[in-house]
Amino acid sequence: MAALLGPNGSGKSTVMRMITGYFSPTSGSVHVAGIDMGVDSLRARRRIGYLPEQVTLYPDLTVRRYLGFVAGVRGLRGGAARRAVDEALARCHLGEVADRLTGKLSKGYRQRVGLAQALLGDPEVLVLDEPTVGLDPVQTVELRELIRGLVGRTVLISTHVLSEASQLCSRVVILARGRLVAEDTTGGLVRRLAELTRLTVRVEGPAAAVERALAALPGVAGVERLAGETPGEVAFVVLAPDPRPVQQRLAAAMVAGGWPLLELRAAAPGLEDLFVRLVTAADGG
Amino acid sequence: MRAFVALLRKELRSYFGSPLVYLVAAAFLAYTGYYFHSDLIYFLTFGFGVNIMENFWQLLFMDVRLVLIFAVPLLTMRLFAEERRLGTLELLLTYPLRDGAIVAAKLGACLVVIGALLAATLVYPAWVYHLQPFPLRPLAAAYAGLLLLAAACAAYGVFVSSLTDSQVLAAFLTSMPLLLLWLLSWNEAAVGLSTLPLLRAISLFNHFQPFAVGIVDLRDVFYFVYATALFVWATLRVLEARQWRAGR
Repeated sequence: MAALLGPNGSGKSTVMRMITGYFSPTSGSVHVAGIDMGVDSLRARRRIGYLPEQVTLYPDLTVRRYLGFVAGVRGLRGGAARRAVDEALARCHLGEVADRLTGKLSKGYRQRVGLAQALLGDPEVLVLDEPTVGLDPVQTVELRELIRGLVGRTVLISTHVLSEASQLCSRVVILARGRLVAEDTTGGLVRRLAELTRLTVRVEGPAAAVERALAALPGVAGVERLAGETPGEVAFVVLAPDPRPVQQRLAAAMVAGGWPLLELRAAAPGLEDLFVRLVTAADGG
Repeated sequence: MRAFVALLRKELRSYFGSPLVYLVAAAFLAYTGYYFHSDLIYFLTFGFGVNIMENFWQLLFMDVRLVLIFAVPLLTMRLFAEERRLGTLELLLTYPLRDGAIVAAKLGACLVVIGALLAATLVYPAWVYHLQPFPLRPLAAAYAGLLLLAAACAAYGVFVSSLTDSQVLAAFLTSMPLLLLWLLSWNEAAVGLSTLPLLRAISLFNHFQPFAVGIVDLRDVFYFVYATALFVWATLRVLEARQWRAGR
């Protein structure tokens, strides 16, 4: 299971549309399960189940009929098609809405129908474009559970939520402004994020002396003075890749200098920080 | 093939699941029934009972043709425009389906509906035949001509529908040129002698007229087959062109 991670407009959907054969790339090629999409698109498309970002269903068909239609399009017929539809219904917990019109379903159910149609025909590769976007927390958890159950397949999920990627996927590919800026394991990504941890420090004391003391601490990667402080106080942002020991040393150093520590806060960096960093790094290189 | 059948069934289900097809059918049968009635009275009053093909069936089939060009845009407007509006086209195009199968299934479903409408009008000749038998083969030629004409118009309608996500616009842009061609065919006397042969060659309805009197000319058959193939080809190019205007 891999995640395609990136801010909005970074090209995640375009990549997925190229993988699923909706667009063909202007250069380069797409291989799905070893088949070149540009050479044998039909055979490649047979191996893919796709959940588009906007799940679009035919509103005048019932869920069962719709899935039956997709099964037929995927080349199943008769008993095999019926069995596949029943299995998809059961797998995505759609039994109770099987005979409702897809146009009357809630967003959560529609998303599940979208997943069910992607699973029909048992494709080896699943491409899920922002599967949980727009769902309420309960539905999100349910859908993630469903996706986690899809073992034994290649699953590519796009998301802009880091926690989703780290919960579901072992590998992460990061896109920004249409370019691949990083590829890493989920653990590696979490570590990279930790490296961006910033400590906000507010103390009563002389600015220059405090800054020197902070910069001298082992484990501190950088110190930046914050503007707009109240008189008698100084505030800094301290970059600390490994924040916990630095926090302890920092507190001790302030006490040793006789400067009352007013605030010491570690800000967990957001994914945006990482994106910004990666993009600037990519632009610089 | 299986995929084609699945799509064809879905298209037919969409047709018969919506009220539009019943409204179109009701109007189609009401108008053709009216024309049947009035043409028959005209024939009985002025036709002196001779040459029923030329003096009755020809008139009726030219009128049925007119009703058909109003019905076809209403039947084709939905085919791609709705998929575009709903966004279902994206998923459809990523299924293991040839673009050709998609177009064929949509055009095929539309022709099944048109075939059913035309089949319903068989009641009129059946009733006349019951009162007074007449040669049936010219009549068969006329129906074949109507189907060919409908196929060409429907292929054009499918093509227009693939260009837009607005059904209203699709119907409008389908019916306008068809009406123009109809106007050309009955206003040809007002056109100069030099341009007349050209107009005749392209006019959809001049190619239909021989069928209406029971004449099957291969040139006319090819004209309709070519016209159908041309618009199917054009529709396929439109589906292919999705990548040229990326984004949504």
